[in-house]
Amino acid sequence: MTRPNIHSDHDANGVCLRISGALLTQSLEAVEQAFTQVKPQGGNVTLDLSGVEALDTGGAWLIADLAQRARAAGAQISYEGLSPAYSALLKTVAQSIPDEPVAVSERRSFADWVARVGARTVGAWNDTLSMLGFLGLTLHRLARTIVMPWRLRKAALVSQMEEVGFKAIPIVALMGFLIGVVLAFQGATQLKQFGAEIFVVELISISVLRELGILLTAIIVAGRSGSAFTASIGSMKVQEEIDAMRTLGLDPIEVLVIPRVVALLIMLPILGFIADIAALIGGGLMSWIDLGVSPGMFATRLKENTGIWQFAIGMIKAPFFALVIGVIACWQAMQVKGSAQSVGQRTTASVVQSIFMVIALDALFSIFFSVLEI
Amino acid sequence: MDGTVLEQTSDTGVQREAVIRVRNLTNRFGPQVVHDDLNLDVWRGEVLGIVGGSGTGKSVLLRTIVGLNKPAAGSIEVLGVDVLNGPEQERRRIEKHWGVAFQDGALFSSLTVLQNVIAPLREHTGISENLMRALGSLKISLVGLPQLSCGKFPSELSGGMRKRAALARALALDPEIVFLDEPTAGLDPIGAAAYDELIGELQHALGLTVFMVTHDLDSLYAICDRIAVLAEKRVLVEGPIEEMTKVDHPWVQEYFTGPRARAAQEKGQDR
Repeated sequence: MTRPNIHSDHDANGVCLRISGALLTQSLEAVEQAFTQVKPQGGNVTLDLSGVEALDTGGAWLIADLAQRARAAGAQISYEGLSPAYSALLKTVAQSIPDEPVAVSERRSFADWVARVGARTVGAWNDTLSMLGFLGLTLHRLARTIVMPWRLRKAALVSQMEEVGFKAIPIVALMGFLIGVVLAFQGATQLKQFGAEIFVVELISISVLRELGILLTAIIVAGRSGSAFTASIGSMKVQEEIDAMRTLGLDPIEVLVIPRVVALLIMLPILGFIADIAALIGGGLMSWIDLGVSPGMFATRLKENTGIWQFAIGMIKAPFFALVIGVIACWQAMQVKGSAQSVGQRTTASVVQSIFMVIALDALFSIFFSVLEI
Repeated sequence: MDGTVLEQTSDTGVQREAVIRVRNLTNRFGPQVVHDDLNLDVWRGEVLGIVGGSGTGKSVLLRTIVGLNKPAAGSIEVLGVDVLNGPEQERRRIEKHWGVAFQDGALFSSLTVLQNVIAPLREHTGISENLMRALGSLKISLVGLPQLSCGKFPSELSGGMRKRAALARALALDPEIVFLDEPTAGLDPIGAAAYDELIGELQHALGLTVFMVTHDLDSLYAICDRIAVLAEKRVLVEGPIEEMTKVDHPWVQEYFTGPRARAAQEKGQDR
């Protein structure tokens, strides 16, 4: 097949445009510019298609577009060498060319920017309201589950507990152990300067039991299980499974959200406790190796100088973190709309938001407990 | 085109060219044999309807021909190119000559309808952005979608509109062969009839060869030139729809002489 070509001739009757070669979408590149450069004027324009070897809608569009522009310039169009098949195709294409070309990307003015900021602000406010509403709904169903415990889906609860709790033990324990090691090592380097090595025990126990153990566990669980909640419920939303549940008289909150939230409420304190113990073991080991604080001495000092409240404060926070993670993850999942891409966006948002909220809540607790002077 | 096969048909004496030749195809999933020694020819310019009961491997056959499923044995030639074992370059070239419209559209969810239609043009041609947009919106209007839908995302479209958008994307490169998987499934009768008409029109105007997996008896009567029935792991019979009622096979008899078939036949004759 030969390359497509357009050639214009002027004669006494007017302009003759000779089009030849294979006018196919895949070879239009070569001739596109030549076509758009033809600036038809009035008078007689003859389109000679006798040299056209092949034509598809792409090529037909170029010819139809040229004819349209010529007509707009006031020209009389006539065709030469037009086979019935090409004629039909040209007609179909000419009829289908949209009147209004598609608007190319919109311009961005200052007003648009202000409008966008406004829309985002309203959107954020509506999201907050919607999330609070979802929190209320979840708490209501939780309360109902406490009053009517037989409504709890036990099989789902146990499988979620395994998923969010049992399977997370290795990573949480390892994380705790390493945090203990790091704290002991860093603390030792600083405390050695003052000859106050023995205070490494308080450094580790208070920071881990009160803050780090549960905080880091919550962050890991938010990344691990929060994302899984959003992705799995979000995919169900895309597949209309949630709608199907509603039509069958099943309450999605009760069936999907409550088992997950309850599993988190039970398992997060346990995971936090495991992280605490692992951190104490890691810290104790490092203190022994690096500072010569024997395990016995570590244990005695831990008992004497670290009150039970330090541990209790950490554990009190656990259920709140669990609720925040569970509610945000499930709420985000319910906001999924339509496409697979939306599931991805919501999963990311779920992890970022729940980690942020966990840290913000931890800060609030710090203020609260310092006011109480515990 | 060299390499393709021209055959003399005995009854009409017209030369016809096989654009797809499937020979001795065997497909197996674990112990389950879906196709066993299946043979099929698709002639240039025809609309071929593939019918068969659920699980007879209609979609598997389509997926195998377009290279999404590797068969256990057999050979497939499309436009004279061996799509299973031919050279990589040849197979890439042939991919530009067919378009596939999947059952649920399979539009890219992160792209608008127009961007979806333009995607193959962007990949396979060097034409300018403006021409791409013009051709994209031409295809969208060819399949009967309003221009308003250009900027919409697939999730904002109805099922029928998604099917049309998928057809527009399949037609983007002006392919010679179009594969349609259950094009009218899930459409209302009016929408389905309009879609049938559209395929018929496009097939005439663009000279397409259409390979259509369908269950829709109305489509079979309205636009299919020939029908191939998949049963017993092979193409049981093929031929124009009028011949189907004469086939002595319980499933074929039931399918083509049942109450729905009679209704569709009457409707098809009205057109």
